[in-house]
Amino acid sequence: MQALSVAARIREKITAAFSPCTIQLEDQSPKHAGHAGAKPGGETHFHLEIVSPAFAGLSRVERQRRVHAALKDELEGPVHALSLSLKMPEEAA
Amino acid sequence: MPAPIADRIAAEVKDNPVMLYMKGTPDQPMCGFSATVVQVLKSMNVPFKGTNVLDDPELRQGIKDFSNWPTIPQLYIKGEFIGGCDIVREMHASGELKKLLQDKKILNVA
Repeated sequence: MQALSVAARIREKITAAFSPCTIQLEDQSPKHAGHAGAKPGGETHFHLEIVSPAFAGLSRVERQRRVHAALKDELEGPVHALSLSLKMPEEAA
Repeated sequence: MPAPIADRIAAEVKDNPVMLYMKGTPDQPMCGFSATVVQVLKSMNVPFKGTNVLDDPELRQGIKDFSNWPTIPQLYIKGEFIGGCDIVREMHASGELKKLLQDKKILNVA
């Protein structure tokens, strides 16, 4: 069995943790080629947008902390940079 | 013996009303995310101190533990952790950052 890509693992973990209405993940690694943390295979720099009711009542900092916690292994491992946009459904409308 | 890293950080965020932990310096950021936050602060003419975590491996890990936040840059205003690049950018776009700086008497109300 082939190991899941980093992107696939991120999607899987976010889906499990936040039951998002929408999840958009963009591998921006090519834009960072040659920068610190970039690797030839990519999958080091991601932009992740999540719309989920699970963010209700949470500050911006708390929302990001929840995502960081869900993706702890990735952030400590292959992922060098992760920019986030975290919204509730009514905020995304 | 120097103060433990958490004490150093606590003193620095207390002594500097707008304190940015970043990669590189305000005049020469070494990372796009740090550069974005510097640009926001400069565009608002906010006086701030920027400390380069790349100069100090102990600080680079220490600030992550101190803030319970895994990435750099990190912005503090009057000792309060505000967030990283995404949050600073969102708060700038919505006007919340300006309001916060005014409420904290760091920026004058125009």
